[in-house]
Amino acid sequence: MSIGHYLVLSGLLFAIGTAGVFLRRNLITLLLSVEIMLNAVNLAFVAFGRQLGEVDGQIITFFVMTVAAAEAAVGLALVIGLFRHRESLNPEAFTSLKW
Amino acid sequence: MSFDALFFYAFAAVTVIGSLLVVLQKNPVYSVLSIIAAFFGLAGLYVLLEAPFVAVVQIIIYAGAIMVLFLFVVMLLNVPREDAAEWDRSHPLYRPMAVRIGAVLAVLLALELGWALSRTAGLSAGVADDSPAVSSVAELGKVLFTDYMFAFEVTSILIIAAMVGAVVLARKREH
Repeated sequence: MSIGHYLVLSGLLFAIGTAGVFLRRNLITLLLSVEIMLNAVNLAFVAFGRQLGEVDGQIITFFVMTVAAAEAAVGLALVIGLFRHRESLNPEAFTSLKW
Repeated sequence: MSFDALFFYAFAAVTVIGSLLVVLQKNPVYSVLSIIAAFFGLAGLYVLLEAPFVAVVQIIIYAGAIMVLFLFVVMLLNVPREDAAEWDRSHPLYRPMAVRIGAVLAVLLALELGWALSRTAGLSAGVADDSPAVSSVAELGKVLFTDYMFAFEVTSILIIAAMVGAVVLARKREH
């Protein structure tokens, strides 16, 4: 398979993730969409690494996964805290800083 | 169609359909389950790219650990479904002007991306044409613990910070 196939697939996944962030009104689904975007980037990294015969693409993928795990842990803790306050996961409910 | 292409399209279809279902489902539990399917498709693609260790880590860390965390939180919170009426009332995309401007920008972006892709040379080169695959775990570990030593150690600090932060944020406060 050519590198173009993998890049188009990666771009498609990134677009789906972006659409999810913009269209959904649920904090958990927003976090899941961010995970899709991170995975799209991982796929591009591994594909380029394979084409260049370098190991760096795979290594950066591990770092992205670690950061994704940290992001998920902190993000979900924030979601739990917000849900305790407002009984809602709609981002539009958290606008008390707006004036 | 060759063997390789057949598997590529199968795994790509699983990944894209799984991701689409994540975005289109109303119930967050189904969203989490379909993203797990998408991650298995991605793991298959990593195997096709001759990166078996990344594929295994993808399944163990992503589908195993992170998604279980998500599922746990979804079930803990008893998350309400998004209903269409609330979406209509509160969604910023419901404003007609914003929708028009956003649609124009999205179409422009897609056109530019297609133009850039059509002008880039070497996109049709096969991923496995030029160089042999580096897929041994020993090789990965050697590079990870020499060239990327500093990033590796910083990552451990990041994980400690995230762990402490998650515990502090999710704790019940007694007044």
